[in-house]
Amino acid sequence: MTIALQYDTAHLIGAMVLLFGFQLLYQRRIKAVLSTFALQAGALSLAAAWQAYIQNAPHLYVTAAIALVFKAFFVPFALNWLVKRLGIHRSVETALGVGPTMLIGVVLVALSIMLVLPVTQGASALTRENLALAMSVVLLGLLMMITRHNAVTQVVGFMALENGLILAAVGVKGMPLVVEMSVAFSVLVAMILFGIFFFRIRERFDSLELHYLETVRGDRL
Amino acid sequence: MSAHLFVLGLPLLSSVVLALVSSLTTSTLVNVAGTFLTFLASIALLIHRPEPSLWLFIDDFNVSLVVLTAFVGFTTSVFSAGYISRERKEGHLTRRHLRFYHAMYQAFLFTMLLALMANNLGLMWVAIEAATLTTVLMVSLYRTREAIEAAWKYFILCSVGIALALFGTILVYLAAQPVMGPGPEAMAWTHVIKSSAAFEPALLSLAFVFLLVGYGTKVGLAPLHAWLPDAHAEGPTPISAVLSGLLLNVALYALLRFKMILAANGAALAPGPLMVAMGLSSLGLAAFMLYKRDDIKRLFAFSSIEHMGIITFAFGMGGALSNFAGLLHMTMHSLTKSAIFFAVGIISQISGTKNIANIRGIATSHPVLGWSFLIAVAAIAGLPPMGVFMSEFLVVSSTFARQPLLAIPVMAGLLIAFGALIWKTQNMVFSKPSIEASQTYAPWALAPMFAHLALVILAGIWLPEPLVAWFKAVAGMLG
Repeated sequence: MTIALQYDTAHLIGAMVLLFGFQLLYQRRIKAVLSTFALQAGALSLAAAWQAYIQNAPHLYVTAAIALVFKAFFVPFALNWLVKRLGIHRSVETALGVGPTMLIGVVLVALSIMLVLPVTQGASALTRENLALAMSVVLLGLLMMITRHNAVTQVVGFMALENGLILAAVGVKGMPLVVEMSVAFSVLVAMILFGIFFFRIRERFDSLELHYLETVRGDRL
Repeated sequence: MSAHLFVLGLPLLSSVVLALVSSLTTSTLVNVAGTFLTFLASIALLIHRPEPSLWLFIDDFNVSLVVLTAFVGFTTSVFSAGYISRERKEGHLTRRHLRFYHAMYQAFLFTMLLALMANNLGLMWVAIEAATLTTVLMVSLYRTREAIEAAWKYFILCSVGIALALFGTILVYLAAQPVMGPGPEAMAWTHVIKSSAAFEPALLSLAFVFLLVGYGTKVGLAPLHAWLPDAHAEGPTPISAVLSGLLLNVALYALLRFKMILAANGAALAPGPLMVAMGLSSLGLAAFMLYKRDDIKRLFAFSSIEHMGIITFAFGMGGALSNFAGLLHMTMHSLTKSAIFFAVGIISQISGTKNIANIRGIATSHPVLGWSFLIAVAAIAGLPPMGVFMSEFLVVSSTFARQPLLAIPVMAGLLIAFGALIWKTQNMVFSKPSIEASQTYAPWALAPMFAHLALVILAGIWLPEPLVAWFKAVAGMLG
């Protein structure tokens, strides 16, 4: 296989992850958000597997497997179950309309391309463009966390952000600890999400809307 | 086996043991014994230093913080023994909560020590991430609405913070990889610092911005501090003590390691001005916020933001004297702030409230507690002859010597915060007592606080020569 084809495929898959990042921004129903997130995680898994293949780095297959099993199947499935079980609002509460959010998303992607490409001239073309894509995914995840009120969508935003990080990490040749990092993230999300929060929040509040979190006494800042 | 493996192994082992023990007396004993042995092992590091490996290393800079962390971990476990048994007696915590709490306490110490000793920048990140996890779980321990809100806020903000820090770490590796080749060497700090002069400066600059925002969130620098007061106020008080005394330091330590890489590169963006700006904004914001606080733990949480601001400012200024002041202040703040939280823990237990307005006249009802609390607050407010005064004096005077204009906001911030702390404390310590004298606490529960205060007062009067030489050497390293 030619180098060019290897690179183009890597970029194609990276762009898919980014596209799903955009798609997350305009979903209006939680179920759709979760499905889109599952697709994004699937694309990430593909990206990691492809990098494992072209870099000849078998440990990245583990990262790919974690992304596929944990993020593409387990997390969306478990969150769906929680949403149903707890009777959380099925629609997404937005702080900012879909139109402006998408517009800001486009600006963020442009920003990350303009930031990353000039500073990585020493790195290979594969890494450079992959990194620009990954940074866009990170920023879109951040945007989603800011513009959504619901605890479920915030967590999805955080995991989308994390998808961007893993995309960046697998794209850099020979990066150590990638597998450990993806495990660390998964443990963080899993423990906090399912072990503590959803059930506890349910016990204490009547809904998972984060407006309730704004009433912490005296310290809005 | 070398001492540093004991320093890491003991808390990890204790954590596993504590997860299995359900008797309260046994678990507090194991907790105290575990931290004490860890502290002894950390002392051994001062005498004999292990060879650096690609994963772990000990140098002048981190060894002092390892000892400090192990010491505060030990004293806090002693304080925690008294605090927790009272909470259990009053029925705030169940047996299962306690088992979980003790296991998490040791796990937290393990992650802190691992982050300090990690040579691999990725390992350091994993350790700080794990520390976030353990502390989030401990902040939510009481399961009250406020505690869960606080833990949720902490989780969301700090997860985003550490996610951005990871992106910064990946960028540093990306800068190192063309020069050093792929592999674990390009992530080992001891190797990276030697070759960093050849790295792409623009990439390092971009990385540092992410790292500053990322780890800066964890340090509690304004405007990324929103999680800090809530997490301090709603968790158990021993956790507030180690959050302020240890976690904030470790996050700042991580940032400083990266600052050193940038300094060794030379051509990358100067990290100083950014840190100075964030430090000053934290100091200024926290100084004013102190006046509006009505919760005693929140008050001192904001004071931690203020002091982390001062420390970040000092390291941002750079140069031998400012770095020296920063290091000294880091140590003094750790000791003093955890001492204050020890006192606050007892006060809130005997008074049954955290509301400042309802706590009055402790010096009349409980003279020893009241006066030592007053001394601790005077120390943190920066009154001579305590250690915090020394380090603040050094920060201000070194700033005056180089950038006189910057010294003005620092002075103003310090004075405003001083006023707030004295004003708030005055009523709590003097005036008509609100706490019944029949409310008692175990006398030995004050021992950890006395130990910390003695060290702080001693440091203000006399710093031993070897310690000064050592701080100077580290200050030189920091550039």
